[in-house]
Amino acid sequence: MNGDSDRVTAAQLPSRLACGDNQTGTHLPPRAGFLNGVIVPEQPGKNAIEVRGVRKVFGTGESQVAALDTVSVSIRENEFFTLLGPSGCGKTTLLRLIAGFDFPTAGEILLHGQDIAPLPPFKRPVNTVFQSYALFPHMTVAQNIGFGLEMLGKPKAEIEARVAQMLKLVKMEALKGRRTSQISGGQQQRVALARALAPQPKVLLLDEPLSALDYKLRKEMQIELKRLQHETGITFIFVTHDQEEALTMSDRIAVMSAGKILQVGSPRDIYDRPAERFVADFIGETNFLPGTVVSKKPGVATVKLGGDATINAGYPEGFEPSGEVTVVMRPEHADLVPDPSKGTITGTLSNIVYFGTDTHYYVKLDGGGDDFIVRHQNSRSSAVTYQTGAKVGIQFEEDAARVLKD
Amino acid sequence: MATATLSPTTISKAALFEAQAAKAGARRNRLLSLPALIIIGIFGVLPLLIICVYSFLVAAPYGGVQWHFSADAYLNFLFQRDIFDDTLQFTPDFLIIYLRSFLFAVVTTVICLLLGFPTAYFMATRPPAQRNWWVLMITIPFWSNLLVRTLAIMFIIRDEGLINNALIGLGVIDKPITMLYTNFAIQLGLLYAFLPFMVLPLYSSLEKLDFRLIEAGYDLYATRRQVLWRVIIPLSKPGIIAGCLLVFIPALGAYVTPLILGGGIHLMIGDLIAQQFGSGRNWPLGCAQALILMAAVLVALYFYVRNTSGKVQHG
Repeated sequence: MNGDSDRVTAAQLPSRLACGDNQTGTHLPPRAGFLNGVIVPEQPGKNAIEVRGVRKVFGTGESQVAALDTVSVSIRENEFFTLLGPSGCGKTTLLRLIAGFDFPTAGEILLHGQDIAPLPPFKRPVNTVFQSYALFPHMTVAQNIGFGLEMLGKPKAEIEARVAQMLKLVKMEALKGRRTSQISGGQQQRVALARALAPQPKVLLLDEPLSALDYKLRKEMQIELKRLQHETGITFIFVTHDQEEALTMSDRIAVMSAGKILQVGSPRDIYDRPAERFVADFIGETNFLPGTVVSKKPGVATVKLGGDATINAGYPEGFEPSGEVTVVMRPEHADLVPDPSKGTITGTLSNIVYFGTDTHYYVKLDGGGDDFIVRHQNSRSSAVTYQTGAKVGIQFEEDAARVLKD
Repeated sequence: MATATLSPTTISKAALFEAQAAKAGARRNRLLSLPALIIIGIFGVLPLLIICVYSFLVAAPYGGVQWHFSADAYLNFLFQRDIFDDTLQFTPDFLIIYLRSFLFAVVTTVICLLLGFPTAYFMATRPPAQRNWWVLMITIPFWSNLLVRTLAIMFIIRDEGLINNALIGLGVIDKPITMLYTNFAIQLGLLYAFLPFMVLPLYSSLEKLDFRLIEAGYDLYATRRQVLWRVIIPLSKPGIIAGCLLVFIPALGAYVTPLILGGGIHLMIGDLIAQQFGSGRNWPLGCAQALILMAAVLVALYFYVRNTSGKVQHG
């Protein structure tokens, strides 16, 4: 668990969020019979969701498609966990399995240690914020938010108090009597959030909830989501294909591709130490340098690149690089020097693109291959100005380069 | 730069031109509706006026009317004039036929709704490519005449018909069950005739339903039954209303079905009115009965729409 001391744990939650006669520690839907009477002690670091060997196959016979191929992952209590991957990677399928809209072909899904995979969605203390929001058009904002509590058979007074609280939490008090078709996309988004949070789920699932919003609103909602997660202390599982969104919001990220989880780690882990070429390619910008392994020490391989350049590069545990390999390097982990003889690799500047906060230098390497990109942060006093066509050297620290599995 | 060349006068001229164009467009649209209005006028409003006038005249002995004003046709609906002392006596015969017709129409509507809703839901949840086939199947009965189809039912349910012969052949019964010329036969015929009119509007309404809303319902702890009552039915209300109207109104005025399957013993309003123009030779009474039916339907409609539309709160 991270060291945030002011993070609210779920055990503290009822006092902060619950209202009226809600008993402390049992803010679970009463219909979730498998947890009835069992007060689950919620220590930080405990797993909220455990996915064990889950497979999901769609279709039959020839047209069978494995949307999820034996996936296992643990999601901790109070965590902002992101499933990141391109469309069709299986991230939404995994979310739907946790929500209960689909059932796994094989494997278990544990919620606080209990297998929920066979339970219908209305028996799982898990709520979803849908990509399309799926607000009920025949109900008002307040009726939408209260729907879950009403279905749980909560007393009217409690529902009203809770709805008022949720309206306040998402700052929608003024619009509570409106129909959901009479409010903007961003407001619908807030109502969808409030509706899913109102029954105080153990886990909140968010299926690309920001993808329909414009850029500015999306940025706003990212901060808003972080705030809500922080204030409610509920475990969030967030699905997105937007790597920037994933990096800025998550405690941990699982990168998925073709029905598999490739890497799970903190945003920094994923970005700085990608485990596979796909992860490095999908997240952020990366330079790929083809080369041949010359020699190898534990954790560091010496790779001969095109031309005569030889570099040392780290590699992830459990991977033994040999023969033809690809070395990856982040554009901001490399440095440009005006004197080619001082660079580990050399080339000619082919293009300079100014981005405001930073500048991208495209270098045509002497060894051939794709242009190598170096990113420099712009400061008030940039010491050197480069011209296209100039011979330059590229410097980097040893751990900046990594050999990865293709 | 471009804005500088637009003086206020050119702007107002442009606005004027736009307004004129809009007015011309509206005029054109009115012209487009003219053929329909003429047809409605000649074949809808005019006959209604004639019926209205005839209902206040006196019946001629061999059909047709005599041009004397009289409200007897309306009085005859509930009362009978004694031939000796000219006093009015309450006779509920017509009223009973009206009430029975209403009952038939209500039962038809309710059963059609109960049968049609699952059918329409089934159709709407098929893959899109399959749905058109299902719609086609529902509309197949329309390809042949209602009279022919009603006669076919007659052959199926009569004493020596398909059902009775099959049951006797299987040894389930000894004597045929009398079904033809009963209320059951009329009810069956009405259901058969009007079920597609319920299924089609329900289907078009359910097909537009966003099924993610159903998932959202389940996600928010609603059971299947609660999802049905709280999400699916409220959202398909326009289809339910349209279907009920399309079944109830024609079922109330059904003519062919009760005539053939009821054998003229169990009359419905439609048969009663037809009788006045045929063997009854009392055109004013027929006109009055038709207008009373129309008034009754309008009143029923008013209450129905007032009670349901309040709950249909669509975005």
